[in-house]
This record gives sequence, C-alpha cells and structure tokens, in this order.
Amino acid sequence: MWSTIKPQESNLRWWQVGLLVAFLGLWQWASWDPKLAFFLGNPVQVVGRVWSWFLPVDIAPNVFFPDGLKGRADIYIHLGVTLLETVLAFGLGTLMGLVCGLWLALSPLTSAILDPYIKAANAMPRVILAPIFAMWFGLGIWSKVALAVTLVFFIVFFNVYQGVREVSPVLLANARMLGAQQKQLLRTVYLPSATSWVFSSLHTSVGLAFVGAVVGEYLGSARGVGYLIQQAEGTFDVNTVFAGITVLTAFALLLDGAVGRLERHLMVWQPRSAENERL
Amino acid sequence: METPALELCNIRCTFRPRSPLEAAYTAVADTSLQVQPGEFVSVVGPTGCGKSTLLNVAAGLLTPSQGEVRVFGQVLQGINARAGYMFQTEALMPWRSALDNVLLGLQYHHTEPQQAQAMALDWMSRVGLAGFEDRYPHQLSGGMRKRVALAQTLVLDPDIILMDEPFSALDIQTRQLMETEVLDLWARQKKAVLFITHDLDEAIAMSDRVIVLSAGPATHPMGEFTIDLPRPRHVAEVRTQARFNELHGQIWELLRDEVLKGYAQQLRKA
Repeated sequence: MWSTIKPQESNLRWWQVGLLVAFLGLWQWASWDPKLAFFLGNPVQVVGRVWSWFLPVDIAPNVFFPDGLKGRADIYIHLGVTLLETVLAFGLGTLMGLVCGLWLALSPLTSAILDPYIKAANAMPRVILAPIFAMWFGLGIWSKVALAVTLVFFIVFFNVYQGVREVSPVLLANARMLGAQQKQLLRTVYLPSATSWVFSSLHTSVGLAFVGAVVGEYLGSARGVGYLIQQAEGTFDVNTVFAGITVLTAFALLLDGAVGRLERHLMVWQPRSAENERL
Repeated sequence: METPALELCNIRCTFRPRSPLEAAYTAVADTSLQVQPGEFVSVVGPTGCGKSTLLNVAAGLLTPSQGEVRVFGQVLQGINARAGYMFQTEALMPWRSALDNVLLGLQYHHTEPQQAQAMALDWMSRVGLAGFEDRYPHQLSGGMRKRVALAQTLVLDPDIILMDEPFSALDIQTRQLMETEVLDLWARQKKAVLFITHDLDEAIAMSDRVIVLSAGPATHPMGEFTIDLPRPRHVAEVRTQARFNELHGQIWELLRDEVLKGYAQQLRKA
C-alpha cells in the first residue's frame, strides 16, 4: 500500500494535487468559525468571487451561496488595464535596459562615470517613486507603467551589461578577422551573446512588471486589479482580496509561460542537458 | 627574390604591467621572420613563450611596441584583411548553425546571398561535413567543429593562413586526420601558412620550414630548419622515415634546453 503512494517520480502530480486539496480543505474547515473567516476568508467564497468576475452566468441559491451568485463578468476591464500596464512596462523596460546595457558595456568610460549613480539608483527602494509618478503622469496607466519600468529596467540592464562584457574575446577576434565592421560586430556578436542573459532576466522581470503595475494601482487609480483589491480591503472584503491575488498569480504564470515559450523558440541553439547526454 | 607574403620585421611586444610594482613584460623581442607565398612555415617553442603573441601581431589583432609587419610588401595597419586565422580555442558562434558559421565572413563582406550559400555549401562538403549544415556547434564533435572553423576561414580564400595550435585540443587520431586534410587542402591551393604549435612532430610533418623560438620572456627565433621531406606527405607515415627522425633530432637538440628553461621559469612564477 505505502509503496504505491510513497512520493516518487511517477505520482508527483498526485502529490501536488493532494497538497492543494489538503490545503483548501484545511482552509475551508478553519473558516467555519465566522470570526476566523473574517480574517482568513473562505475558499468557496473566493471561487465564487472569481466566478462572478469572469462568467456572465448566475448561480441559483444553494448550500454555499444562500443568496445565489450573480455572474457579473466585470473584471475584464480591470484585468485588461493591469495586463496592458504590465506588458507595456515589460516591453519598454526591457528595451531601455537592452539599449542602455549595450551602450554602457561598449563604452567603458561612460560606464565608469555613471557607475556610482547606477548603483545608487539600483539600491534605491523604487516603489516609493509611485507617488511621484502619480504626480507626474496622473492617475491613468502611465504612472503605473513608469513605476514598473523602473523595476524591470535594472534587472534587464545589469544582465545585458554583464552579458556583453563577458562576450568571449576569441569570438570577437574571430569575427574581426573574418572582416566584421563595428556595426556588424554589434549585430552578430554582442546582441546574440547577450540574448541568453536577457532571457534569464526576463523571467524575473515579467513578475516585477506585474508587481509594479499592481502596486501602482493600489496606491492610486480608478481601474485595474490592484484597484479592485484596494477597494475590497477598504470594506474588509477579504474574499475578494484573495480572489484578486489568485487571478494575478494565474496571469503572472501565464506571462511567464509565454516568455518561456519565446525563449525555447529563440534559443534552440543552446544545448539541453538531456540532449548532450544522448549525443 | 619574390616579395614575402608575410614579413615580421624586428618585432618587439612589451605589455604594460598590471600594477606599478610589477615590471613591464616583454613577450617577444627582436623577431624577424618571413613566409613566402605558398610556403608552409611552422613556429615551435616551449609553452608560454609568446607564440600566440607573434601570431596576433601577424593578424593585426595586436600592434607591436616596435617593428612592423609587411603583407605582400605593404606595411600592415589594423586588421590583416588578407589573412585567415584559425584559433586554438572554440571560435564558432554557438547560436549559428554550422552553415551559418561558414557564411559569417561572406556576410561581413556583403557577398551576394545565393553565391555565398553556394560557396559555403561547397566548403562544408570539402571539409567532409555535407549533411551537417543545420547542426549547431554543440551538436558536433570537437573534430567536426574544427572542420567548420577551417571552412569558415578558407571560404574567404585568404592569401595567408594563420593557425594557432588549431588541433591541440583534439585526440591523436582525429588530429592526424585533420593534419592530413589541411595538407591536402593546402596542396591544392598553395597559400602562405604560418602555423604555431608546440608539437615538434606536427611541425616537421606539415611544414616546409620550422622556426624554433627561445623560451620567454623576450622570445626570439633561435634556429631555422628547412624540411626537405618529399611531398605529398601523409602525416602518420612520414614519422617513420629516417630523414624525419634525423631532422627531429636536430631540432629537438636546440629546443630541449629552451623547453627546460621555460619550465623552470613557470615553476619559479608558481
């Protein structure tokens, strides 16, 4: 009996699902006490909230929802705004990080001059810039994009900088001997060899783009999932807060998966460990 | 007399010390050598004696502190555009397939794409890699990667070929195979070759002339030997000839002391 359910390679998935079920069960059990449920929320209510956010289908009154559940399907505008901010910040931040990283890595003098300021800007807790951005860019999406860009930028920047500086000198010498001009070196040597560094940074930065967008919304906005969460907290609606967190987590995973797909597509040349063994 | 394809005149290379406490390091001093068009010249010397420095000077990757390089009579400035360089370590771009690596130089020179493709395919088959065009470097063996590097260099049809211990990382069988192939390719279109190695057998088996360098610092040529073994040669079989052993003995006589000196210096440094 134990030998079949003992955690091993083949039943990993079952254990993962089991863990989730156990956690939700425990949560549901704890939330029977209304005092605890006020702080902890209730998984069924959280699911109900997600349902009514996404689906325009009403549910008749039942055991879990004595008052019934209205399918409002009203999250899309908020989710759309948050995703738009995230994607814009991710794109802009990555592009700026790439350009600045390349520029500073290829111009050692500039990088030497700017070095202390870059270190300071990176060390600064940049979330506190949110109110300033709200002042500069208003309460629309651009103040959130700006905040998220400051988070994404440095991750990509440092990775590109490192990546370009660690380009193999032999590769460079070889390209020069084959007749590469400066521009061709940039396109055929520096950029491709920085790509693998960029991708390793993109997984981190896609999450941070989300953080920037949501925190920005949380601190002042009229739309977005961060705004929904902030409103719910104002009325002690802890179920909606958890529902918001669940939705955000799911979409962050989706975006990360998209980055992973793009990476696998663009980095076919990289050896995978299994492939190496076979050859 | 014909203009040499490559001529190093009184080259001296001094490297700036890394800290003020250290003395400046002179890797190469008073070195002159010539390679005639179509001549295969090998340079042997103990490890760390500045052989690669010399080759980088000939390639134009390194500007000498003193002296000048002449390429077909012209003083070299910047990169030596008439030379192809085969590096000791991996120089293929891992993100490009074998064929794209061979195409690289042609793309830099803005060769018409269809013609470039045809030339690259031709060279892939000449180095025995037809059918491997789509592989990435990590999917090829060490010997195959060297072949791609060889095709990458030769597809540009350079007048001078510089080789820096290109086969030192290969196992002995692959190495002899590659040496034979390089000799075959060279025999078909005689180019000036400057071949750096620490392997005396390899140097004698392949070259018209072997130059022996002294131990560093301030490396300079100590002796020159004309290799009068008949061509075409098969690198594995030529080693059994009496004349090969005779030449080997003569050169080794000169090289041995330098190798010991070089070794002693490395011990002292460590």
